Amino acid sequence: MKPTRSFFKDVLREGPASGVPKSAEKSGVLTSEGIQPESQIISGTRSRQESAKADNFASEPERYELHSSALHHFDLQRRDFFKVLGAGIAIFTVAANASAAQESGTRRHHGDQDQPRDISSWLHINDDGIVTVFTGKVEVGQNTRTTLAQSVADELRVPLASIRMVMGDTALTPFDMGTFGSRSTPYMSPQLRRAASAARDLLLAQAAAEWKTTPDKLTTRDGKITNPASGATLTYAQLAQGKTLARDMPDADPITPPEQWTIAGKSAPKVAARAFVTGQHQYTPDLHPINVLHAKVLRPATFGASLVSADLSAAQAMPGAVVVRDGDFVAVAAPNERAAEKALAAIHAEWKNEPQSSSKELYSYLKKNLDREENPKPHEKGSVANGLAAASQHHEQTYTVAYIAHAPLEPRAAVADWKDGKLTVYTGSQRPFGIQEELSAALHLPKDQVRVIVPDTGSAYGGKHTGDAALEAARLSRAANRPVKIVWTREEEFTWSYFRPAGVIEIKSAIAPDGKLSAWEFHNYNSGGSGIQTPYDVANQLIQFHPVNSPLRQGSYRGLAATANHFARECFMDELAQLTKIDPLELRMKNLSDPRLRAVFESAAKTFGWPQNKTQPGQGFGMGGGVEKGGYVATFAEIAIAANSGEVRVVRVVTAFECGAIVNPDGLRQQVIGANIMGLGGALFESLEFDDGRISNPHFAQYRVPRFRDIPKIEAILLDRKDLPPAGAGETPIVGLAPAIGNAISDATGIRLRALPLAPRGLNARKNSA
Amino acid sequence: MAGPIHTQINGKNRAFEADPDTTLLFALREELGLTGTKYGCGEGQCGACTILLNGTPRRSCQLSVIDAAGKSIVTIEGFEQNGQLHPVQQAFLDQGAFQCAYCTSGMIVSSVALLQKNPNPDEQEIVHALQGNICRCGTHPRIVAAVQQAGKAMQVGTSHGKNSQ
Repeated sequence: MKPTRSFFKDVLREGPASGVPKSAEKSGVLTSEGIQPESQIISGTRSRQESAKADNFASEPERYELHSSALHHFDLQRRDFFKVLGAGIAIFTVAANASAAQESGTRRHHGDQDQPRDISSWLHINDDGIVTVFTGKVEVGQNTRTTLAQSVADELRVPLASIRMVMGDTALTPFDMGTFGSRSTPYMSPQLRRAASAARDLLLAQAAAEWKTTPDKLTTRDGKITNPASGATLTYAQLAQGKTLARDMPDADPITPPEQWTIAGKSAPKVAARAFVTGQHQYTPDLHPINVLHAKVLRPATFGASLVSADLSAAQAMPGAVVVRDGDFVAVAAPNERAAEKALAAIHAEWKNEPQSSSKELYSYLKKNLDREENPKPHEKGSVANGLAAASQHHEQTYTVAYIAHAPLEPRAAVADWKDGKLTVYTGSQRPFGIQEELSAALHLPKDQVRVIVPDTGSAYGGKHTGDAALEAARLSRAANRPVKIVWTREEEFTWSYFRPAGVIEIKSAIAPDGKLSAWEFHNYNSGGSGIQTPYDVANQLIQFHPVNSPLRQGSYRGLAATANHFARECFMDELAQLTKIDPLELRMKNLSDPRLRAVFESAAKTFGWPQNKTQPGQGFGMGGGVEKGGYVATFAEIAIAANSGEVRVVRVVTAFECGAIVNPDGLRQQVIGANIMGLGGALFESLEFDDGRISNPHFAQYRVPRFRDIPKIEAILLDRKDLPPAGAGETPIVGLAPAIGNAISDATGIRLRALPLAPRGLNARKNSA
Repeated sequence: MAGPIHTQINGKNRAFEADPDTTLLFALREELGLTGTKYGCGEGQCGACTILLNGTPRRSCQLSVIDAAGKSIVTIEGFEQNGQLHPVQQAFLDQGAFQCAYCTSGMIVSSVALLQKNPNPDEQEIVHALQGNICRCGTHPRIVAAVQQAGKAMQVGTSHGKNSQ
């Protein structure tokens, strides 16, 4: 599908508007946070050796995140460009190396040589000075629309307000693998910076030609080029006027180092924020094309059930209803939501169910059902047997982690329009190009006939990688010959999406009386390999992830298995501290040489006030930390246990986080605090229960997520390392809280809990049922 | 159908047709195009669909269109007056009190209802009033701060519209 001019105007007007009022700029970075506000930013620089060290923890995409690799697709050709955007200057940057191409603009060869297959990023400077930037990344609340815009504004030397971001549209943006793995900041941001840098070079060359001088004699600032020798200035808008200049530039320009950032590195309010407080922003469920039908899908009675029979006649007889049966897929579309519900209720279906396991036997199931086909290599160093023999004290424990749901407040939703053999789908997703691929494959449509557009989405947390809702709406639209909208119910969300994998983790270790670890054996069954490596110095290691044939559909989640692996490892470290009677912080430091991780532990400990003396019964203190996806985190928690109910309340949390140079301190603080609040649910009470192919608690009334009353005082300490490139920050801050709470419960009560969630119904219930 | 349902929505008289067993939420979104009110759970558990019914905060997914007949309804779209944001909207902007913002409409409506009853709530009263509204991004501390800011602004009778865009 070729985008039309009018569509494009709509995108530019409604979607990514970027109006940043001067007065909204916060003064400095020490803005308040927390119900009792306190936060701080600590700047610092250390040796370059640390950045090499960081590579040991370079993020690898989790296997769950790569279940399909989309092909490059690029519909808007250079010759169409100015027709839709108007006159000006367009810069296409060409991926110079394979690592950049991996994220975006993969070079593919399939036919039409006119198509720019190797474009990694592009931007357009309009003759009114507006800069439009195109990226396949999507905004799901993590604030990447703002932080990417800041990076481009910074590099191009224009005010932030002149940037428009066009995001997550397979017809307009270069191919992108998806918005996950904390990759937007470390990988997309430099790509866009290189495009901006190339654009600035081009503008400088234009101005230099005009003034008969050389670019190196000129300066750029605030959307203007100045010739200091003559005092002459030209705005970018003036330079773009009357031009239809498109240039391919190598994706190789040097980009501005963080020390010299002027717009990035400072807090900037969320772009286009006003639409969110007035209810004007349209999420996917809010789109309402003319003649749209509302869809409902007949869900199987249990997971994996097969359809024996379905009587569709009553539904088909309803006015305006379209009913589809395609294999086991049965669904209806009707003129409004209520009519669709009624049509669905009128279908009589019979299902054949298969007996299935239950959450009661989950952990033994996981140990018994290894996926023998997939056997990732263990990480081995030295000899665990020798390490065990070398030290006097041994310790061995097992930890478990339940399945949990993402529960994004915007449920999975899609609006599909199948017209003249072409399909356009709006959907809340983290992988627009992946979903384009899914649609193409499932509906037997050439990929260039499928366009997927992602409106800024009501959160995802790793839960919106698959195109289930998009497929359902598209299949119905084909049958109805009209646009079709589907919005999953909350029960469908809790049942038919995928979940954060449950897991069993076994650890065996040996420690000398002085607290030095000599052996470390770590096995993770099912939950995953993220964050599985220990950051502590142990000469003898065996670390292995064991894939399992999961009883439930599972997939990505904020931080993935790093939460489970950190929970087990950091609780175990506390157990070793108890065994050796060494202070838990001291024990960690004795075994930790990574200066960046030491720095976050030290910073958080100082602000938290470690060690603390208990002043009342039920009080406890604990910590947890680690490194993942280039982010270093240490979290300290204080808890209080209610004497009567045994309810565990988190009173105070201090998290120190370091992810290289900070792009937007205010946005980063939101992510660090938000990750802790989200993590509180998985730590204390979230757990999907299931039995015989059904989720037993598929409602917010039964599946408890954190609410206002649960929120502790949270302090975020942000360590700004302008000497290091920025890493992503949406995920890793979540990993420290669960072990910190587990360790604090042990501190308060002497009871060591080794299962997440730790205390879904308070400690008394756990004791009684144990 | 029992004929059109008459209500006052955001200060204007509106009549619309809907099956009597349609929820007010669907009617607002589908019949009246007021999509600022969100579907989050359909079970009265998340607060994303909160509206004011005769001044009282209610979950519109738990009301039928019949419940709304002859009553006044205020939705998120009804707070802005002549281009001027309501102090609560302004405070959410100033505090950056949202991330994905899908819960924001419900949060703002619940907060307006609280401040109308109690112009100077303490932290505990805000927490109590918003306990039924779920935010999954973890923006709670800033939402509390925004309600406090709005309460102060409403007491001095200005909206502090300093960064209206």
